[in-house]
Amino acid sequence: MSISNFTRRTALALGAVGITLSTALPGAAQDVSFEGETIEWLIPFSAGGGSDTWARFLAPFLTKHLPGNPSVQVVNEPGGGSTKGANLFAARAEPDGLTILGTSGSTQFPYLLGDPRVRYDYADWTVVMATPTGGVVYTTPNTGVESADQIGKLEGQDLIYASQGATSLDLVPLLGFRLMGLDVRHVFGFQGRGDGRLAFERGEVNIDYQTSSAYLQNVQPLVDEGIAIPLFSWGALDDDGNIVRDPTFPDMPSYVEAYEMVNGEPPSGEEFEAYKAFFVAGFPAQKMTFLPEGTDQSIIDAYKQAFVDIQADPEFQETKGATIGDYQLATGDAAQTLYEQGTRVRPEVRQSVVDLLTSEYDVTLD
Amino acid sequence: MLEAMLTALSDLLTVQHLIYMVVGVVIGLSVGIFPGLGGIAGLSLLLPFIYGMDPTSALAMLIGLVAVIPTSDTFASVLMGIPGSSASQATVLDGFPMSRDGHAARALSAAFASSLFGGLLGAAILTGFVLIARPLILLFTSAELFMLSVFGLSMVGVLAGRSLAKGLGACGLGLVLGSVGGAPATGEFRMIFNTDYLYDGVPLVIVGLGLFAVPEIVDLLRRDQAISSEGGLGAGWLDGLRDWWKNIFLSLRCAGLGTIIGAIPGLGGSVVDWLAYGHAMQSEKNTENFGKGDVRGVIAPESANNAKEGGGLLPTLMFGIPGSGSMAVFLGGMVLIGIEPGPSMVTTNLNITYTIIWSLALANVIGAGLCIVLSQPIARLTTIPFPQLAPFMIAVISFAAFQATRSLADLVALLVVGVIGVFMRRFGWPRPALLIGFVLAAQSETYLYQAVQFYGWEFILRPGCLILLAFIVVSVWYGMRNRVDDSAGSELRSDIDELPSTGMGGVRTRLPQILFALFAAAIFLAAFLDSLQHSFLGKVFPMIMALAGLAAVTLLLVQLWTKDNRHNVSQDTEVLGEYANDPEAGSLWAGLLWITFLVALSALIGFFMAMVIFFVVFLIFRARVGPLRVVLLTAGAAAFVLILANALNLRFPDGLLQAYTRLPWPFG
Repeated sequence: MSISNFTRRTALALGAVGITLSTALPGAAQDVSFEGETIEWLIPFSAGGGSDTWARFLAPFLTKHLPGNPSVQVVNEPGGGSTKGANLFAARAEPDGLTILGTSGSTQFPYLLGDPRVRYDYADWTVVMATPTGGVVYTTPNTGVESADQIGKLEGQDLIYASQGATSLDLVPLLGFRLMGLDVRHVFGFQGRGDGRLAFERGEVNIDYQTSSAYLQNVQPLVDEGIAIPLFSWGALDDDGNIVRDPTFPDMPSYVEAYEMVNGEPPSGEEFEAYKAFFVAGFPAQKMTFLPEGTDQSIIDAYKQAFVDIQADPEFQETKGATIGDYQLATGDAAQTLYEQGTRVRPEVRQSVVDLLTSEYDVTLD
Repeated sequence: MLEAMLTALSDLLTVQHLIYMVVGVVIGLSVGIFPGLGGIAGLSLLLPFIYGMDPTSALAMLIGLVAVIPTSDTFASVLMGIPGSSASQATVLDGFPMSRDGHAARALSAAFASSLFGGLLGAAILTGFVLIARPLILLFTSAELFMLSVFGLSMVGVLAGRSLAKGLGACGLGLVLGSVGGAPATGEFRMIFNTDYLYDGVPLVIVGLGLFAVPEIVDLLRRDQAISSEGGLGAGWLDGLRDWWKNIFLSLRCAGLGTIIGAIPGLGGSVVDWLAYGHAMQSEKNTENFGKGDVRGVIAPESANNAKEGGGLLPTLMFGIPGSGSMAVFLGGMVLIGIEPGPSMVTTNLNITYTIIWSLALANVIGAGLCIVLSQPIARLTTIPFPQLAPFMIAVISFAAFQATRSLADLVALLVVGVIGVFMRRFGWPRPALLIGFVLAAQSETYLYQAVQFYGWEFILRPGCLILLAFIVVSVWYGMRNRVDDSAGSELRSDIDELPSTGMGGVRTRLPQILFALFAAAIFLAAFLDSLQHSFLGKVFPMIMALAGLAAVTLLLVQLWTKDNRHNVSQDTEVLGEYANDPEAGSLWAGLLWITFLVALSALIGFFMAMVIFFVVFLIFRARVGPLRVVLLTAGAAAFVLILANALNLRFPDGLLQAYTRLPWPFG
């Protein structure tokens, strides 16, 4: 605990006054200092995975932009599909700003679905940053589809998709294909999207998606060879919460546009609401960073400001390509919006998804 | 291509890059020495420093580390009987008996020569194949991967030891244990008995340590000697090099096997050593000493496990698909320095690929060289009186065990598997067979389900599958032909004929063993009953495996009931074998109780404090050393564990105490 009594008292005083003035007092963040401290960035996944790489890439920037330049250590606590690490954070993290949590869609999904292993509540935490990602769905020319606008030809065809499991991030394509009216058989047990791409290249499956960077690196060459035909991107979320084209793939239709091409009208209704809840949790709000319950507002502001500064750091913009792609960090209100949309689902909508998984895929969640 | 190779070489051979590589190699060797710590832990140590480094230096450092882990993990396997990592479990089988016979230095240098050769061959194959490997890798579909899993399982024939019924029973236990957790086809959780810990399945490192390390520690604690029964190191390292040279063709075959298995994504590194070991037993002559200290049992897995790293780079670089846990971290490291793997690795980024390959080769040379130099002094560990070494070994395996999920449950799981391991050793149940079943359970189930989904049952008629089927038939045939089926003979007690052998008297003599077989039957029954509550796809695999296991155990029970004491099936080291007329040997339970003491104390007051108290109590009451030594050894162990935990960002498992009070690290 290095925040000296003086600064802490100042911070508390400022916090008390500042509830109404907080936007008018950008200087409040300056009174927090993490000098000489070590911040643990808890990542509930093993080293080397997407979330781990994301945090390790951001960690030096956090050091640079947090007041007092604390050292930031990534701590991996994998297990239980990331529920173990998130439970640990919920049970043990002190609200002193020295322990923060990085979550992913795999942490959001069990929470949204009501997995019995979940002993954390997103509503308790404060989001300080969100990082969106995207993905592109593609098929093979064997389906007769030669370009994205011919997606209608897929209707009635026997499509096969290599899935990591019905409750994994592959729940988004499961709900999305189904809503669109495509007849897709999901074969489970794949170890990652890379594994699924291999199945596509071996001709075992005929529809697949890859996240943006993997798509650019590994599928674009197949597209150039004429082996793969891109169909649509899952899309991004605009400020009003609408699904729009992914900025990384501005020439590609979004999911909503593709849906319209197949069905003649935009998607709506409860099934779309269910799809969208999991889509937001899985893509635009895929990776988020949280402070624990009861954290002082001044500490929260310091973190929020740090991520705003990171975003503006030219070095960050120059080097983020390999880990984050063309996306921008969502900070401030934008992060708050993503957090709200990506962690909340109406109970009856949740139940409809759970019922679907139980009746069609033998998934039991208790 | 040639230009890219030469550019890569000259790029690498600058002082700066070489220094980074040596840093990687030294860290890799140090991490690899500790059981349970492997490439994942080592690379995680380096990752924080990677950002902002120049790519060649960073790659040299990462590869330097990955390349030598399977070299130095041999120390623990050979000297202490603790599998250094999942890639050198098979090395324990013959390496450790060689140490106990006083040939530690010889076993180590044969192992390092094999490691070096395997690593270089892996790099050489990678050099040639990297340009044409893509279509070859794509040939292996789920169908072929399933056949490869079955090929692995067919090794049980040679690894079954003296009693085939026990071998099949052990393999069945492994298959059932391996299907704990989420079902690949439906995600249903099987055999979890409402325990959070079992949702992810039992970790491999726990099974390896429990089956091999715990029984050896328990056994060594029964005799107050050093590990090396001769008290010395025996023949030096030149003999080991000569052993390797005499078996260079075995080494070559196993290295080739290792590269191929490593290159096929989806099979994973943890079977490579067993496949190589099984291959050696099938193809070599005079195999009766395998498992008792035959140097070929060291050369085979060690040649394969270093070669595997070279092979494993192929799918990692070309498809961005990590073949193993450490390759996953390596992939993360590549992304951090801004290199994204994919088809470009053989076109625009070919020079990076060759930098990696050359680093791999060079690191193997440096790593093996350092290990050979170190093997003589490190082998002296085997001459320390065991009671003084034991607390360190128990602490080390506990530390290694909780690397798995970093919870107290890891220690409990270690103890449970350890007890099973001790009794498997006592009753001659082959532990390698259990491990093979365990490692291949998830793979065979997943790939069979996927193959049937994609191709229907006709998948078996695919040309690749037919070729592999032929391999399996040959493997089983060789396995049956070369089965070590000599009578228990020499290890039986001298007065064996005075014991009741047939009829009810004989059954009573063999009662402990019958009870253990019934225990195995109970596990199969529990698995069967659990499977009943799942959907068809969720239950079919564990149900069939449980029934097969029940059949094997039933056969075993019939044999135990009807055969006599001299039959192979009757092996029991306590009643009929080596320990039967040995009043000097301590109790089988003593070692287990010591480990239980540490685990129970950890559950109460957390691991770190428990370990300190355990050291003090053990050294005073069991090792009976003077107060100064107690303090020095305990302080040394505590400091050591703290440094390691600090470097790895590790929190020790909590006990009951920590649930009520908040204590500063390392106490809470």
